[in-house]
Amino acid sequence: MIKMNAYTSYQFSRRSGLCKVVLPGPFHHSLLMLPCVLRSARPAVQTLAFSRQTAQFRPQMASDRPVETTVRAKLTAALEPAHLEVINESHMHAVPPGSESHFRVLVVSSRFEGLSLLQRHRLVNETLREELSNSIHALAIQAKTPEQWENNPSLAKSPPCMGGSKHDNTVAGKLKAGQH
Amino acid sequence: MNTLVRSAVRCLRVDTVCRTGRADGQVFASARLLCAAAGQRDFAEMVKKDKVVVFMKGTPAQPMCGFSNAVVQILRMHGVDEYAAYNVLDDQDLRQGVKAFSNWPTIPQVFFNGEFVGGCDILLQMHQNGDLVEELRKLGIRSALLDAEKGEKSK
Repeated sequence: MIKMNAYTSYQFSRRSGLCKVVLPGPFHHSLLMLPCVLRSARPAVQTLAFSRQTAQFRPQMASDRPVETTVRAKLTAALEPAHLEVINESHMHAVPPGSESHFRVLVVSSRFEGLSLLQRHRLVNETLREELSNSIHALAIQAKTPEQWENNPSLAKSPPCMGGSKHDNTVAGKLKAGQH
Repeated sequence: MNTLVRSAVRCLRVDTVCRTGRADGQVFASARLLCAAAGQRDFAEMVKKDKVVVFMKGTPAQPMCGFSNAVVQILRMHGVDEYAAYNVLDDQDLRQGVKAFSNWPTIPQVFFNGEFVGGCDILLQMHQNGDLVEELRKLGIRSALLDAEKGEKSK
């Protein structure tokens, strides 16, 4: 690991040319090299960490997050979104860690053109009918046309939880269903 | 309307009688259908009885869910204090019934003059783009935000 970092940072600094600043006097090697290496090492480490995460991320999508995967697949197939975000917000609520009960979706699709907000939301709900009745407890929806998304590319925030799921039997049932 | 419901009930009864000789499950299914028909009629009345009707988790004074709370807060911002709020956590039949009635899978649900408006996301967006002020005006309710704006301008 250390070898890898040292090597990639070396590669990075060579390519970026960050270390090629030449200053006169005794500062030349000792002092300038340190921040230079640090600066160049940071992006290299980040790249490494990122690629490692995505490597783990993919198999997780299929096995550990079945609901999220299905939601993504169904919305993609039904609405051909230009942009799609599926966010699992379950951790914000009174459900066990790793649950797939509370979701927020942002769907940008030309299919929404000419439809009222209610019709757009119904389209999303209809697409996810099975998941909504079996595993998803809460679904926040943003349904935009590509033009609307271009004018205002912002993801809304969900309000803080007020503990409604804590003593809710239907949530417990859905949580079980979502784990299958 | 009443005769229609009655005839539907009669029809279902006949159905039940006809099927008594068959599997028990079918009789049960007919009985449940009857309940659904009766329930639906109630909802249509419930949402028409008041100009603004909200089905939510908890009460306006003590909402039990962030999304329900958001609806309460939005209405409060517009000065809408008088509305019917039904707590679906009190009653599972109410909770499932309203979902079937509006064909909408989540709570909260907002109705204006008996017409389904949407859930939290839709009400929030209507609040943000100004549609809510206009929709309230159609109900004969003057949004408090209009007065607040005037107050700010005159300062």
